[in-house]
Amino acid sequence: MLYWLYNNGNEGKAAMQLKKIIEILKADVIFCENEEIEILTACGSDMMSDALAYVKDRAMLLTGLVNPQTVRTAEMLDMPAVVFVRGKVPGEDIVGLAKAKGIALISTRYRMFTACGRLYAQGLGGGTDDI
Amino acid sequence: MTEKVTKRYEVSGADFTHAGEASGKVKALLKQIGYSPDAIRRVAIAMYEGEINMVIHANGGYVLAEIYPDRIDILLEDTGPGIADIGLAMQEGYSTAPDEVRSLGFGAGMGLANMKRYTDAMRIESEIGVGTKVYITVKS
Repeated sequence: MLYWLYNNGNEGKAAMQLKKIIEILKADVIFCENEEIEILTACGSDMMSDALAYVKDRAMLLTGLVNPQTVRTAEMLDMPAVVFVRGKVPGEDIVGLAKAKGIALISTRYRMFTACGRLYAQGLGGGTDDI
Repeated sequence: MTEKVTKRYEVSGADFTHAGEASGKVKALLKQIGYSPDAIRRVAIAMYEGEINMVIHANGGYVLAEIYPDRIDILLEDTGPGIADIGLAMQEGYSTAPDEVRSLGFGAGMGLANMKRYTDAMRIESEIGVGTKVYITVKS
């Protein structure tokens, strides 16, 4: 359930603007106040406790889980954005919560592995590889 | 800040949707007070996991947050079924949560372990059929 976007830590990887992530994932923007925000690392998981356990840097979450706890998890981790994979679209309650917290939501039709792989190949890392 | 700030939050066990609201409020309060981002993040994550546990296992409860200049003490208390084996419950990957909880993104057996991971001190008191108290401390 947890797909980390790292090889050797964050070596050779750099921050990426959200607008480039949207382009790479051919994603639809559900809510976003600032597409120029810098994303430092990313984490792909459908289990929120795994994200809560391992995400250390200011990161973006990719997930197939669509419920308000996705946004809550992002809030606790100071994540500026959440990507819903497999074309999932959140309901109005989730979008409302994201707006209140200032967390961008985007949706891509790519599956989890492909979405993570496309971002990693373009230079976005997964942060530290320490567990 | 020079004086202790005390806040109490009720955690509803009826609705998974609202789990995390109290943690969000504490996080906002700590930001307002001017705590370090690292301490705020650790408090928020640990308290959030505690809230989720209360909703999943204990039909809610309450949280008491005591904010001092140098530390934050949090008590999460419920009147749920209690924890039979605290040592086992602390192990990463051990969970008694039903499958439907896993479909909501939790119940992977990481909750208590995450609370310990992010806090400077943690103590659990639990009695079967009576309830559970989890005390956590994060230093600034």
